[in-house]
Amino acid sequence: MYSPTIIFEALMNGLMLGAVYALIALGLTLIYGVLHIVNFAHGALLTVAMYLVWLASDRFGLDPYVAILVVTPMMFAIGYCLQRFIIGPASRGSDNGILLATLGLSIVIQNLLLAGFNSDTRTIATDYAFEIVPLGPLLLSLPRVIGLGVSVVTAVLLWAILNRTDIGKAIRAVAKEKLGASLVGINVAHVYAMTFAIGTACLAIAGGLLMPSFYVSPTTGAAFVLVAFTIVVLGGMGSIPGALIGGLLIGVVEAISSLFLGDSLGQIGIFLIFILVLLVKPTGLFGARA
Amino acid sequence: MKKNFEFIAALAFLGVVGIAAIAGLPGNILNLLIFMMIIALTAQGWNVLGGYGGLSSFGHAAFFGTGAYTTTILQTSFGINAWVGLVCGVILGAAVGALIGFLSFRAGLKGSYFALITLAFAEVLRILANSWDFTGGAAGMMVSINNGFAYLQFSDRRWFLLILIGFVAGGLLLTRWLERSAFGAYLIALRENDQAAQALGVDIFKIKIQAITLSAAITALAGCLYVQNFLFIDANVAYGSWISIEALFAAIVGGAGTMLGPLIGSVLLLGLGEITKSFSGGIAGVDLVVFGIILILCVAFAPNGIRGFVADLWYRRKSRGKAM
Repeated sequence: MYSPTIIFEALMNGLMLGAVYALIALGLTLIYGVLHIVNFAHGALLTVAMYLVWLASDRFGLDPYVAILVVTPMMFAIGYCLQRFIIGPASRGSDNGILLATLGLSIVIQNLLLAGFNSDTRTIATDYAFEIVPLGPLLLSLPRVIGLGVSVVTAVLLWAILNRTDIGKAIRAVAKEKLGASLVGINVAHVYAMTFAIGTACLAIAGGLLMPSFYVSPTTGAAFVLVAFTIVVLGGMGSIPGALIGGLLIGVVEAISSLFLGDSLGQIGIFLIFILVLLVKPTGLFGARA
Repeated sequence: MKKNFEFIAALAFLGVVGIAAIAGLPGNILNLLIFMMIIALTAQGWNVLGGYGGLSSFGHAAFFGTGAYTTTILQTSFGINAWVGLVCGVILGAAVGALIGFLSFRAGLKGSYFALITLAFAEVLRILANSWDFTGGAAGMMVSINNGFAYLQFSDRRWFLLILIGFVAGGLLLTRWLERSAFGAYLIALRENDQAAQALGVDIFKIKIQAITLSAAITALAGCLYVQNFLFIDANVAYGSWISIEALFAAIVGGAGTMLGPLIGSVLLLGLGEITKSFSGGIAGVDLVVFGIILILCVAFAPNGIRGFVADLWYRRKSRGKAM
């Protein structure tokens, strides 16, 4: 009933959307892998990043892709302060405490945005939003092609930070053995906050990539958060290659299931995968521990 | 001794609210009290599993919504009596709880994983209810207006409040039974250390399933009563995350794993929400910002909620008195 070109196009579009999903999930899985916390505020922080990109474009006329350069350090700082001064001290390290503190935080952020910007959806009008890149018989949307490229570059950059810098070494040390790391003089609270900051900074890039083709409202991030959790669980909690592959996979699943089931029911495919993975193999495809 | 005092104080509070309602309260206060009681009941359900069992669910909307939709569909599409619909709603809600519990606990999920999977189940139900004709789709469903006790609808809202007070008092009684029963002791034991409890011969899988079934039944009851009061339901109200969050908030802020916690939490939070709304001049979201801040403060400074915080102060004062 569908021609192979349409299905293949949906597949490619799914892959490219999946790349941005992967970027969101990358931040989440990094935070989980090091801090062992489920960060419920991740979606709300994505919304913050998208609003910052929107503001940069609306008030200062910056292109959303250029705005990434400005918004990334801002999100980095926000992430650092949230973990260092709110989540860390409030939760006192208990698993349940962190879950609830980040849930509380996400509600505060989401509703501050609602109070500040009301519930209107905002978009950025660019002249390239609907531009098409022809690739053989396929027609691909330009923002998504850019999204795929930037996501891959960011993932490589993240890998380099973790494996080639001192802070990366410290992060890996704390993830492996918190007590040992603190005994050799690593400031664990600082490393935690740095990890959280890097994970949050990924959202700034994702926000910039999403804004040309997407809208933002105070609840936008909430729609992404379960998708991001699905990717993280599917790829294995804490696994960076897992988040990348999981992201691409989920993008494809969403594209294909919306093609066959329609947009509103299409999302159900993602949740069913999420539930199945949790029930059958909670360690995910690449995860080492449950 | 102390627990008895608390129980009697709570019943006295409910009694005073009931008498005040009969004597005559302004309509908006009456509506607020009705909503407080519905949320208190929802949170009492959450508290059985999340408070006593230590299994924090982020998806109690799955049970609330199932109760609400069952009552509505049985009444509107099949012309079945409201009270029978309510009983069916509770049974079906409990069944959904047992099923989710069976799947999740068999896979050994707890902590964040359990929170996430309950959230996902509620979302699946929300999407289904939003697209099926059977549940009215995105337009939602209305219960036709028929006043009278048999229809569980009252033109005079005071009667509805009294019925709700009765159910919340029933919830208190149930929690009191839970605290004294072997079942409750097993449940608390698995919260504190599930491996130790299992080693001592507690069938933790069975206890967890029983707990989630009971928990779901109470929350489903709240869902049924919600729809009998507002006479309208749609997927975002029934299965939306707001109700899961209200349930968890009220129980945790009031004091998770305590008899009074859910009632204290819902009265305080919704009361405070009304006050902030009246001060913020109609800006949406300000009341929820306050809720979120209170939740973080509770996690940081009062891990046992307001009930625990007050109890700590009380004992500290008492022990200081003894030392002197």
